[in-house]
Amino acid sequence: MSEETLSVVGQSVARSDGLGHVTGRDIYTFDRTFPGMLHLKIVRSPVHHARLRGVDLSEAEKVPGFVRALSAADVPHNVYTILGLIGVEPEEEFLLTPVGERVRYKGEPIIAIAADTEAAAIDAVAKVRLDLEELPAVLDMDDALAPGAPVVTHWGNNTFMYEGHNCRRVRFGDVDAAFAKADYIVEGEYRTSPIEQAPVETTGCIAVPAENGRYTVYTNTQALYFSLDNTSIILQVPGNQLHFIGGMVGGGFGGKVDVIVEPLATLAAMKTGRPVRYVFTRQEEMQVSSTRASETIRIKDGVMADGRIVARKVVNLFDCGAYSRQTPYSITKFAANAAGPYFIPNVYVDAYCVYTNRTPSSAMRGFGITMASFALEVQMDKIAEKLGIDPWTLHFINAYHNGDIKPHRKVVEDATLIETMQAAAELVGHELAPELKRMTSAPRSTEGGR
Amino acid sequence: MASVIVNLEVSGRAVEIIAAPLTTLQSVLRNQLGMTSVKEGCRQGGCGSCTVLVDGEPMMSCLLPVEDVAGRKITTVEALSTPDHLDPIQRAFLDNNGYQCGYCTPGMEMIAKALLEHNPSPTRDEIVDALAGNICRCTGYQPIIDAIAAAASAGQEATR
Repeated sequence: MSEETLSVVGQSVARSDGLGHVTGRDIYTFDRTFPGMLHLKIVRSPVHHARLRGVDLSEAEKVPGFVRALSAADVPHNVYTILGLIGVEPEEEFLLTPVGERVRYKGEPIIAIAADTEAAAIDAVAKVRLDLEELPAVLDMDDALAPGAPVVTHWGNNTFMYEGHNCRRVRFGDVDAAFAKADYIVEGEYRTSPIEQAPVETTGCIAVPAENGRYTVYTNTQALYFSLDNTSIILQVPGNQLHFIGGMVGGGFGGKVDVIVEPLATLAAMKTGRPVRYVFTRQEEMQVSSTRASETIRIKDGVMADGRIVARKVVNLFDCGAYSRQTPYSITKFAANAAGPYFIPNVYVDAYCVYTNRTPSSAMRGFGITMASFALEVQMDKIAEKLGIDPWTLHFINAYHNGDIKPHRKVVEDATLIETMQAAAELVGHELAPELKRMTSAPRSTEGGR
Repeated sequence: MASVIVNLEVSGRAVEIIAAPLTTLQSVLRNQLGMTSVKEGCRQGGCGSCTVLVDGEPMMSCLLPVEDVAGRKITTVEALSTPDHLDPIQRAFLDNNGYQCGYCTPGMEMIAKALLEHNPSPTRDEIVDALAGNICRCTGYQPIIDAIAAAASAGQEATR
């Protein structure tokens, strides 16, 4: 297609949703209200790790406006995993924790209470008595992997299993042989903290009984069909009985990808026959909703005096918290990108999804990749310093080209690193050496390729 | 405690509402009067998304018991535009992409409205200062600051 036929590229186009935003006329999820709407609030674990021995609802039930409590026994398929939809196993997370089982993070849902008003729901939640046998908690990944650590999962160790291995592995070339021949070894350890996405609009939904036994669910999810399909599984109702309406999201950044509110709100609507609003408070959004995983990335690189990185061994620990949610997928993305946009002929990756008693982590902008880029680029600076080589030159020397094979065996087809760096150098007024200016991402055997 | 009757002027309209003690202005505007441009981000005075004008001054409506603003003039974003006319501030937010998800936008616009009423040609620092209590998680603030600066310039042009 020639440029003349493009009607949008290169043009300034008004956003279709702009007018609704600047006039305040947009209808966000909680801007709706329905006659008879109930408010759902959650009794949550006050501790990081405990066995639930009993629940006493007697005082809560006396609160004026109390309508219905939901417990594990009300949930048709109470144990689930969000990525079960794409074949990830095992199912591990309770929608509501049953008596006799364990709560695994502070804030884990135990009982849901529907009431006529928000105040009544809050009051009733405060009056539920929990009998908890507190258990030792593990809050650090290295501790969780040490012998004798408290076990978080129901299968006996603290790692997610990838096809029979306790980590996501990449094996490409022979790193040990390459380390032996390398002129320098450069090692680094990089740690990141959990980050809450903190959208200004908190997570939530309203489930409304509709005609013909269907339920209409207004939700601010970022993943409408994930929410619909998981709700269908957890509540054991056909998907065609669930009508999910989304689209207007007041900020998400990955924080609204998990399926947390819709199954409970829909269940409460089924049990009461009334519309049910389940909206996180700001406190819940900050404490309970999934964060970005904290990571500990340990890198060992073998480097030649001319700047070529010839071998890389990476061990990465991802803290998924009490449940894996989207983290196994995040780790697979990490493993595929552990070499970054560089060609490294020998790569070894062990990336662990580590369970702790922290708030579950999940998606956040570029998850799996963002923190890798932080670690890899600081590592590039360390290498440049160690070799006494200009960092720009180091990046060009190692940049991948089309036709290169990445460690996970993908052939590179869309490399633009070299051209991007050339444009960036021009923008910041950095004069590149003539041989770097001449380079292209073309395959190495061709002109411009190395 | 018994509910009370409160009279207010909301965007030029006289309204009478019944509210339980300590009901917030935010709750009355959203739940009784349907003014859903007044957003809920935290209900603890932390995000600014519920900002309205009370007698021309920007205030966070989530922290105001409605009894405390009885008899006063309340202005929300709904009052700024008509079906065929946008306030210059709204026009500037639209033209400068001063929004992304849109959730903080009404609060930001009310801050801008109050600022430009008092100070028609603010410096960039004064704009930043005025926005100190309002959180946006999408834009990084620059297009919002640009929009308010553009609205101020447009206002100066109009009065010249």
